[in-house]
Amino acid sequence: MANSKEMKKVLFGPILDNNPIALQILGICSALAVTTKLETALVMSLALTAVTAFSNLFISLIRNQIPSSVRIIIQMTIIASLVIVVDQILKAYSYEISKQLSVFVGLIITNCIVMGRAEAYAMKSPPLMSFLDGIGNGLGYSFVLIVIGTIKELLGFGTILGFEILPLVQNGGWYQGNGLLILPFSSFFLIAGLIWVIRTYKPSQVEPKE
Amino acid sequence: MSAKKETLGRTVGVVVAVCLVCSIVVSGAAVGLRSLQTSNAQLDKQSNILAAAGLLEQAKGNIAGTYEQFIEEKYVDLESGQYVEKEAGYDMYKAARDPQQSIKPQPDTAGILRRANVASVYLVKDEAGNVSRIVLPVHGSGLWNLMYGMLAIDSDGNTVREFVYYDQKETPGLGGEVQNPEWMAKWNGKKLFNDGELAIQVRKGANPDNPYSVDALSGATLTSNGVQHTLDYWLGSEGFGPFLAKQPWKS
Repeated sequence: MANSKEMKKVLFGPILDNNPIALQILGICSALAVTTKLETALVMSLALTAVTAFSNLFISLIRNQIPSSVRIIIQMTIIASLVIVVDQILKAYSYEISKQLSVFVGLIITNCIVMGRAEAYAMKSPPLMSFLDGIGNGLGYSFVLIVIGTIKELLGFGTILGFEILPLVQNGGWYQGNGLLILPFSSFFLIAGLIWVIRTYKPSQVEPKE
Repeated sequence: MSAKKETLGRTVGVVVAVCLVCSIVVSGAAVGLRSLQTSNAQLDKQSNILAAAGLLEQAKGNIAGTYEQFIEEKYVDLESGQYVEKEAGYDMYKAARDPQQSIKPQPDTAGILRRANVASVYLVKDEAGNVSRIVLPVHGSGLWNLMYGMLAIDSDGNTVREFVYYDQKETPGLGGEVQNPEWMAKWNGKKLFNDGELAIQVRKGANPDNPYSVDALSGATLTSNGVQHTLDYWLGSEGFGPFLAKQPWKS
């Protein structure tokens, strides 16, 4: 049975030490698209964390039964089912946000973080640790999305979670919203900047020169 | 990975079992949550109509009750401009995809491809039961995609009260400003027709005192053009023009 120190490492390691977006550069596409507003970023983070955690749990539970010739397909089936369930729940309980997230919840299926953790960790580890690993990687993803979402919403719209922080010129205030930050691709710069900050703080993550 | 795991029978067995369990979970979620989802979608539509009716604040969260009390949905044959009967649950956007129930606009200025023969209108009644506003559903192409809106006019069939876009995919911060309350407020009091001719214009640097023009969105010329074309089509002879001319809500 794993000790609590290892659990802690599995759970919190992916936030800074082994961040799926910043170090492994996985799951960038959805990080670009859903971070325009903090609220959608939060819901997307929750959805992805839930899917990663439960797909890891279920795959780990049946890992000794999965024939290796069809393991990817079985992983996909489980992940896809979970994504559909999450999408249905969002539509039922949070209709407005599910409208804004539109296709991106469905695209969690293709998010490399989910498949990557299933293949790299859940296939070899016991259920509880796999579940924690899923939550940990979800947290790592959420961390990046929340940072990017906050910067983009604050500087792009002058609001945080819809509350006005910097009054916009359009609404009679003084702040001219940054149009670049509203567009999806500005996340490229922001994620790059975040990676730079993390690697300055943790130089061991810098890749060796070839 | 032991060898016995790889026999054909076992592989097929595991795959079938996983698929069965997954399909039961997925269909269970879909069926179990369907009623909640439909009522959510309906609530969303009703709150858009209430927003156009100017009753959203008054509703204070009681969307369905307020809608029930003040809004009446009617169906209009667009060609004749008269009311027709339709079974409840008729959806003009679904009907627009059915060639039996729709026509191709000529010319298709709003870029909507097909238009249903029968459209929904929502009559807003005051406490005494008189029609105070008429909410017309309109849609047309913006820069990126179709924009769906609700145009609320006074019972004179001419004065705009609200113009609410509830579904659009325009650039956030530029064309997306069609949903900015500041811009939406500019529509209040504008006149659609001048001596029976469609006169409303979305244009740059419009004088706020001119009742026939609304200031275009800065940095979003193509979205503003889309709004103009949407109004041109839906208030024209193929749209609600005949309905607004005959004013059947008065009889």
